Amino acid sequence: MSSRLSGNEAVAYAMKQINPDVFGAFPITPSTDIPEYFAGFAANGEVNTEFVTVESEHSSMSVCIAAQAAGARAISATSSCGLALMYELLYVAASCRLPITLACVNRALSGPININADHSDSMGARDSGWIQIYAENNQEAYDNFIQAMPIGETTSVRLPVMSCMDGFITSHAVENIELLETETVRKFIGEYNPEHYLLKKENPLAVGPYDVSPYYMEHKVQEAEAMKAAKARILEVAAAFEKISGRRYGLFEEYRMEDAELAIVLIGSTAGTAKAAVDRLREHGVKAGLVKIRVFRPFPGEELARALSRTRAVAVMDKSEGFSANGGPVFAETRSALYDLKERPYLINIVYGLGGRDVKVEDIEKVFARLADIATTGATGPLYVHMGHRSKEETV
Amino acid sequence: MSTVYNLKKEAEKPPRLTGGHRLCAGCGAGIVVAGVLRALNPEDRAVVVNATSCLEVSTFMYPYTAYMDSYIHSAFENSAATCSGVEAAYNALKRRGKVDGTVKFITFAGDGGTYDIGFQSLSGAMERGHDMVYICYDNEAYMNTGIQRSSSTPRHTRTTTSPVGVVQPGKKQNKKDLTDILVAHNIPYVAQTAPVGKFRDLHTKSHKAIYTEGPCFLNVLAPCPRGWDYPMAKLAEITQLAVDTCVWPLFEVEEGVWRLSYEPKKKLPVVDFLRTQGRFRHMFQKGNDWMIEEAQAFVDRKWERLLVRTEA
Repeated sequence: MSSRLSGNEAVAYAMKQINPDVFGAFPITPSTDIPEYFAGFAANGEVNTEFVTVESEHSSMSVCIAAQAAGARAISATSSCGLALMYELLYVAASCRLPITLACVNRALSGPININADHSDSMGARDSGWIQIYAENNQEAYDNFIQAMPIGETTSVRLPVMSCMDGFITSHAVENIELLETETVRKFIGEYNPEHYLLKKENPLAVGPYDVSPYYMEHKVQEAEAMKAAKARILEVAAAFEKISGRRYGLFEEYRMEDAELAIVLIGSTAGTAKAAVDRLREHGVKAGLVKIRVFRPFPGEELARALSRTRAVAVMDKSEGFSANGGPVFAETRSALYDLKERPYLINIVYGLGGRDVKVEDIEKVFARLADIATTGATGPLYVHMGHRSKEETV
Repeated sequence: MSTVYNLKKEAEKPPRLTGGHRLCAGCGAGIVVAGVLRALNPEDRAVVVNATSCLEVSTFMYPYTAYMDSYIHSAFENSAATCSGVEAAYNALKRRGKVDGTVKFITFAGDGGTYDIGFQSLSGAMERGHDMVYICYDNEAYMNTGIQRSSSTPRHTRTTTSPVGVVQPGKKQNKKDLTDILVAHNIPYVAQTAPVGKFRDLHTKSHKAIYTEGPCFLNVLAPCPRGWDYPMAKLAEITQLAVDTCVWPLFEVEEGVWRLSYEPKKKLPVVDFLRTQGRFRHMFQKGNDWMIEEAQAFVDRKWERLLVRTEA
């Protein structure tokens, strides 16, 4: 079924098709459309979800945790400071092994306050125990949200899933999109029937103990194992999703990487821009390629190392500033993943697009030009630079 | 509910908060929780929600739970939101035929988790109208972290963050009137109670709160032997003194109608209450009479106002 929807509308539509038990809702730009659309579905009886309009994101995540623990399927949507206000509870959700699904519409964190896209919000939550899946466009935002529950709810995983898309660029831009039939979606995600839950009559359950040192570490190791197990499950679900949609997903997308010598690694909507740059350069005989990371948690380290093993120079582009003074979070992960390769490509980090700063095809071409230079001379130059800003003389 | 309250009969019910938990001897919290849960009809199930607190770390230390009912603890400041999430799940699953039977939702949080850090979450849940009960066990300071002042701590009380020094005589501010604030939420039932006598007041109000549809709030005085600095055997006596001095009046507000639950035959001076606890010891030092006078004046002012409000 073809349609034309914004990213937020597409995700809200997926939520309607899923018809979850509980939605903990609180508005924050640019994710606000999602609870708005959903409120409309609820008001018209198109869903029979408990739509709980809380007084903060802290409470929306608290509602989701409690509802999921009680045996319900719970969802929410947020952005930026809203996600930051949830941070404490993101860890609680993951450690209680509650497969909540959260639509994260990426927006820069304050301060200064800014409403546009970057990944500082979800990157700040990268160690919270949530699976993180990022979309390039509206279609992927829709598809990823539908895959989230079968991934998170499976017994080997039982972890919450954050389904991310770029604020405004993806959330508000209207694109052509292929939607699945509601029946197909419902069959795909199935019923949520957890083994243990608070409202189970036969067997009361206690959730969220005071966990002393003789036990805490075992629980954290189990959580870590679940995150490792998620990788295989994500691929299984992607394979099943391909059967119902014809659309193929992996841990990351390789674009013209077969013989690529120069490559860019990035996340999210900039992939579209980067693909255009790759195409243009390929026309001029440059062996350029792109790796678009779809799944950041669990991090596909080994797979990524394999994908980059035959390249000569790689630029990792971070749409968030980690303030490590040593590069952004995607760079740190990628560099670590490449360590075990016998022959490693040269690697640099470009931080770009903070607070919605635009990035054009020409900008990506400049990055490839630098990579070509590095591949030729063997001199990497500055390891970690910021692209597209005016505050000091610094060029890619 | 049987119309005649009989403690012996109530105490014969199988406990829903079992013994073996790790609360201190002489602590009011355990008695409050056991008393509230006794007010559940035996055939009904409950989900108990708990804010981070002494109660939480003492009653659900992995792998042991003291609760016979389902229980969830999530964080310090979100117990009301947590309870509303469980209630929302119940409504959704009931509608979809996935749960049956009556389940009640009861939240316990201390004064720190209620007056202070959990205040927003509580206000939100009450406003939204969830069918739940929120019980604040008020021991007038952050006891779990080692006796720090909260907005429930009375003026001049000694705590570790409102110490008695040369230039500061304990806490500078008066106690926040949380019960009043909850009344202002226009919810069906708000009451103030304490585990006194044969627990009739606590029992009756708990039952009413649990079985009144919509959000209900109980503020329950729960003395703390460590924080208040009293010998553990004095718990019942001190609780009774709080009520008889009108430091902690017992009243209820049902659908906006105020009713006094107990009027002491002889209203005792506040000093009788203050004298029993080490946290007020400095008030009895030479030259500090004014503190006791102030405490009496504060209690009198509030008591008079309560009498006006509860006049039939």
